[in-house]
Amino acid sequence: MDLTTTYLGMTLKNPLVVSPSPVSEHIDSIKKLEDAGAGAIVLHSLFEEQISFLSQELNANLQQGDYSFAEALTYFPDLEDYKMGPEGYLGHVRDAKAAVDIPVIGSLNGVSTGGWVSYAKEIQQAGADAIELNVYYVPTNAAMSGEQVENMYVDLVRAVKANVTIPVAVKVGPYFSSMSNMAKKLCEVGADALVLFNRFYQPDIDLAKLEVKPDLVLSTSEDLRLRLRWVAILYGNVAADMAVTGGVHTPEDVVKSILVGANVAMTTSALLKNGIGHLTVLRDGLAKWMESNDYESVQQMRGAISQKNCPEPAAFERANYMKILTHYAAEFPTR
Amino acid sequence: MARPKKTMDGNEAVAKIAFQTSEVAAIYPITPSSAMGEWADEWAAQGKKNIWGTIPMVVEMQSEGGAAGAVHGALQAGSLTTTFTASQGLLLMIPNMYKIAGELTSTVFHVSARALATHALSIFGDHTDVMSVRSTGWALLASNSPQEAMDLALIAHAATLKARVPFMHFFDGFRTSHEVAKIEEVMAADIRAMIDEDLVLAHRTRALSPEHPFIRGTAQNPDVHFQGREASNPFYLACPDIVQEYMDRFAQIVGRQYHLFDYYGAPDAERVIVLMGSGAEAVTETVENLAAKGEKVGVLKVRLYRPFSAKHFIEALPKTAKTITILDRTKEPGAPGDPLYQDVITVLAECAAEGALPFAAMPKVIAGRYGMSSKEFTPAMIKGIFDEMLKDKPKNHFTIGIIDDVTGSSIDYDPNFSTEDDKTIRSLFYGLGADGTVGANKNSIKIIGEDTDNFAQGYFVYDSRKSGSMTTSHLRFGPKEIRSTYLITKANFIACHQFSFMEKLNVLKCAQEGATFLLNSIYGPEEVWDRLPRTAQKQIIDKKLKFYVINGVEVAKQAGMGGRINTVMQTCFFAISNILPREEAIAAIKEAIKKTYGKRGESVVQKNWQAVDMSLENLHQVKIPASVSSSFDLQTPVSDLAPDFVKDFIAEIINDNGDSLPVSKMPVDGTFPTATTQWEKRNIALEIPSWDPATCIQCGKCTLVCPHGVIRGKLVDTAALEGAPEGFKSAAARWKEFSDKSFVLQIAPEDCTSCHLCVQTCPAKNKSELRLKAINMVEQAPIRERERACWNYFLSLPDTDRSKLNPSLVKDAQLLRPLFEFSGACAGCGETPYVKLVSQLFGDRMYVANATGCSSIYGGNLPTTPWAVDAAGRGPAWANSLFEDNAEFGLGMRVTIDKQNEFARELLKRLEADLGTALVEEILGADQVAEAGINAQRVRVEALKAKLAGLDSADAKSLLGVADFLVRKSVWIMGGDGWAYDIGYGGLDHVLASTRNVNILVLDTEVYSNTGGQCSKSTPRGAVAKFAAGGKPGSKKDLALMAMTYGNAYVGHIAMGANDGHTVKTLIEAEAYDGPSIVIAYSHCIAHGYNLEMGLEQQKAAVQSGHWPLFRFNPSLAAQGKNPFQLDSKDPSISLDKYIYNETRYKMLSLSAPELAAELLKGAEADVAVRWRLYQYLASMPGTGTAETAAPVEAD
Repeated sequence: MDLTTTYLGMTLKNPLVVSPSPVSEHIDSIKKLEDAGAGAIVLHSLFEEQISFLSQELNANLQQGDYSFAEALTYFPDLEDYKMGPEGYLGHVRDAKAAVDIPVIGSLNGVSTGGWVSYAKEIQQAGADAIELNVYYVPTNAAMSGEQVENMYVDLVRAVKANVTIPVAVKVGPYFSSMSNMAKKLCEVGADALVLFNRFYQPDIDLAKLEVKPDLVLSTSEDLRLRLRWVAILYGNVAADMAVTGGVHTPEDVVKSILVGANVAMTTSALLKNGIGHLTVLRDGLAKWMESNDYESVQQMRGAISQKNCPEPAAFERANYMKILTHYAAEFPTR
Repeated sequence: MARPKKTMDGNEAVAKIAFQTSEVAAIYPITPSSAMGEWADEWAAQGKKNIWGTIPMVVEMQSEGGAAGAVHGALQAGSLTTTFTASQGLLLMIPNMYKIAGELTSTVFHVSARALATHALSIFGDHTDVMSVRSTGWALLASNSPQEAMDLALIAHAATLKARVPFMHFFDGFRTSHEVAKIEEVMAADIRAMIDEDLVLAHRTRALSPEHPFIRGTAQNPDVHFQGREASNPFYLACPDIVQEYMDRFAQIVGRQYHLFDYYGAPDAERVIVLMGSGAEAVTETVENLAAKGEKVGVLKVRLYRPFSAKHFIEALPKTAKTITILDRTKEPGAPGDPLYQDVITVLAECAAEGALPFAAMPKVIAGRYGMSSKEFTPAMIKGIFDEMLKDKPKNHFTIGIIDDVTGSSIDYDPNFSTEDDKTIRSLFYGLGADGTVGANKNSIKIIGEDTDNFAQGYFVYDSRKSGSMTTSHLRFGPKEIRSTYLITKANFIACHQFSFMEKLNVLKCAQEGATFLLNSIYGPEEVWDRLPRTAQKQIIDKKLKFYVINGVEVAKQAGMGGRINTVMQTCFFAISNILPREEAIAAIKEAIKKTYGKRGESVVQKNWQAVDMSLENLHQVKIPASVSSSFDLQTPVSDLAPDFVKDFIAEIINDNGDSLPVSKMPVDGTFPTATTQWEKRNIALEIPSWDPATCIQCGKCTLVCPHGVIRGKLVDTAALEGAPEGFKSAAARWKEFSDKSFVLQIAPEDCTSCHLCVQTCPAKNKSELRLKAINMVEQAPIRERERACWNYFLSLPDTDRSKLNPSLVKDAQLLRPLFEFSGACAGCGETPYVKLVSQLFGDRMYVANATGCSSIYGGNLPTTPWAVDAAGRGPAWANSLFEDNAEFGLGMRVTIDKQNEFARELLKRLEADLGTALVEEILGADQVAEAGINAQRVRVEALKAKLAGLDSADAKSLLGVADFLVRKSVWIMGGDGWAYDIGYGGLDHVLASTRNVNILVLDTEVYSNTGGQCSKSTPRGAVAKFAAGGKPGSKKDLALMAMTYGNAYVGHIAMGANDGHTVKTLIEAEAYDGPSIVIAYSHCIAHGYNLEMGLEQQKAAVQSGHWPLFRFNPSLAAQGKNPFQLDSKDPSISLDKYIYNETRYKMLSLSAPELAAELLKGAEADVAVRWRLYQYLASMPGTGTAETAAPVEAD
């Protein structure tokens, strides 16, 4: 049975890709991920914003109160050097590359064009096989139109593509008025893969403290449906590879992802929940399903139930929604 | 050899030489010399090497006495050793200096000369300290400028090796130590060429070694000691020639020629001024000016003051001299003359006696005193001295630069005389400490000094307050060498970086005609004119100023720079001053930004660059109207209600007119009234807290934590509020026992520093709008007038009756009137809430012995005093002795109180028949443990005094003099960890071991805060501090544990942010304990490197992580058969890294050396764990803790 797939121009031994999480922050874990059967690893993200914030904060704190009082013109010795840039991350990319044979994909979470480009170049120089750009942007400015937001994404991808030679995957959220059009635009400026979808962490309310609290909730298989729909719709309509991310927990989730047209299925919450060994469960489960269903290769499965290839294309469109409502109405008759 | 021209200050110039010529440096911080030790430590941490290719070993000691001892030992063992100090620090070195000289040991101490504390402490420059060591047998070599300081530092290091006489190389504190100047750097090759290797070897050969043993430091008897003192004479006789030999060698190598005495002026000068130090530069500049006009004047600069070479001195004086003025920058009260004068008189007299005088007649020699405590010494004053010398009977022992209307010592001068060169650009910048003005100006000096052929000079004047402080930068640039060692009084460029200064100060006082004026203003070019006071408008018109404005705050904000407007203003300065072509200047600014901030991260550089780019488009020239139109003028510095002393004296200092106050206005003995901060309304806060009575739960936490005493609460009769001004807020009191009263909380709007601690600590939330609390920050300006009226009304309401409150409850304690208010401490200071609380609890009976440091500065630095008085006129009696002796100082107070109390009691008994047995017995038997008892005793003592007034016996008079001691007094010995853990520990230990009833409050910031963040023994492992640039490798000293070992001392360990109730309770217990008490208070500090708004949260984290356990050790409990040790905080609940990495002092190491930081973190975690286990063990001990076994806390 052939579990190999292609993603970002590379051949992976299977379609299971580890998406960014703290798990990939340690080389030991990365080795374990490879041993457990990962086809590729996307490293945890380099946050441009964090680097910028860190240096602003350091600068502000070092100069707090300086040159104000004759006896204490400064409060700290001037250390020779601070590792304020992405050096730590780049070193990690190099170490990861040296530690494993599977492809290592660097992940960049940024906000400014300048930062994206320079860090992307450095990630390439550090030896990453590809880069995943994680665009995480919550447009709160009412004066900013949807088109301006979209252009910002497009400009970023274009700028990065113009400066690196390794493949570039773009991870986005689903909040676009026209996802298909957006996907097309990203592909036009050179995105080699679309990673669908980013899960924006939604804040929660702490009722004890009456405060908003930043909260990380792991995904569940329920989150998968949105991804499945859009991969199914986009399959065959965009030139880029596709990855499903968010909600891949079970072997069945992997199977569904491939069937709707993804090149790879990315998982991380499941590993955080169940441990690295769960990768093996997913891989073996995929193989078992394929065997039970007489599929010889992942390639053969891929896109088989995409909108283009499925027997009921309308099921991925609005009709599907209406059908569900009807279904619920039948189960819970109104009184 | 080409040598680079660099801009640096005197301290850096000297440190470069000392570092390269030494193997060991033993150091201790003291202003203004600290930077030399800091440079040495920093370079050592960076792996920089001396000329022999090895990294000098820099060791921080616990005091200057310790540093001198370590130097002495290092020298005895054969190292080339140095140290840096000033003022009181130098005094502490004197015993070792005698030893080192007596043993003819080569070394150099570098001293940035500073005033000694006399009637008052002063951090500023004069020669009082230097002159105190002239009998030690050290060579004293003076430099007058940063360039000379570098040059003569090297000459000293070279000469001492040959002379074997130890050298003290000195230069003026601040004026030279802190003046940034363009100098030619002396390079390693020059140093190598100056230092003789065989002499280095000889130095080592003379050292102690078990390989060829001998002893040194014997005790000698009358038979030989005297001869031994004389045995070293040949070395002193040879020393001047040796120094000249090295001065000549230096001239051959580097090109600058020095002499033991350097004369400058007319070759046929008839009037000569003799002096040493930076003032000689101003005299040189004046002589150049006057001599060019044909006046026969000159100056003789004394470089080698000891050994004083009479021969060289006489040779250097022009033979035509008729009148010589000897200027001393020191004062020796009671002496026939100050030291240099006496030396010169002796030399001339001896020369005359020998018939060897080279003059036609014995010159007239007069003495003058100048420049004490960095008092300005200007060409105008110098011209005044030369003019005085023309008189038939010039005033002798005169003073210059002050008005002495008491003994008439001062001489007059014409202040308008100036020698400023036309081609020199003179710029004055008024900035706020926090806005980065000084840093940017230092960069500008570097740009102009190092990128152009211009000479450059920068000197910076700072405020005496640590919050909202003003900085004044004096910058000179020009093609001619700058010798102007005085402040700019005629500026052709003035920049005011804070608009509020325009309302308070005559910023344009020093503008000369046609000068350029740059103002940071929220008002644009059309609107700004009407916002200026009349004084400013008049000067702009009269002096024909070119006037520019920029909204620097807005530009900085848009560029993401926060309140840091320095880059914006610097760009504007270059754009309109035309010192450099605009494009070139901008490129240079950007390059300087990269150099300064590059290692802190690219985004910092980018934001600064953005600010540069945005500046010019927002810079506007203002069209000047023809006439003055403003309806207002400069604000008066103090309220009309202030006492006369405040209006006549303190207001002048606030108004920057302190220099004009005559001697007659000064207290003769350094005594000042307290409670004067209340009269100075500084208005430094843009935002102040506003109270929401509906949300408030009246817990008192905001008033408790307010570092500046600006939030006050009172319980008042509701009827009393009828006349309240508009906007005055109140709420029904939430006290069961005072339910009929109203609670009022009022903010002093003009005294707040906007630190936000009150808002951060407020636990009450507005139910509908959860972002709001019961106290919220609002803009000050719109409500200033209203709140001022409310504050004044609040003050007029009676204080809450103390007798009805329970001070051990935070809620009640905060109704007690603070007797420490509106200090100049940093906004958000972590120390002052404790100081204020102590003043609330015990202020009316409190003596304070305050160690030198932050608390003595915010507590006792002129112009105003935060220690206050209550409605009855009682309040803390405060004094500062020194840094090192504070525990002993406080103990002395206690002993006096005890003795006078004892004497008063004896006298009461003696006078029992006259006074009545009842009164006498009541007084003698009074229970004064609690406040009610103390108050009752006060009433009795008043009755006693009334009776005594009618008696005529000697005993009655005596008792009248000591009767107040019959009322219980509370002695508080306060200071920081630098004092308690390091320099004053010996005394503190002694006091703890005594049985005297003193209370010691250690304001523990874990670092020397006042001198700028040097490592103390309280600094925790892993924290970066100066002198611990690589992170402190050792653990923090457990002072509390050491104190507990005596068993008789009350020990408290508190952190207000973690448990305010515990803080209050502990302080009350400590004070009530009849014996020595020590309370160690965690004090967050600006030197920890985070937004102090979060200070209380960080205190909580310190406790939760186990770093700062809360506990009390109360010997009274042991007396009751209980365990005296109570551990009051819970098991650590957060990991140490969650606490420490909120602070830059730790984080910077993790960013710089992550592996080392991780290793030190592990060590620090172990420190916490071990200490916690030990404390748990102590807490678990049954009974008094003296049982043989203790219950195990946990199985290991």
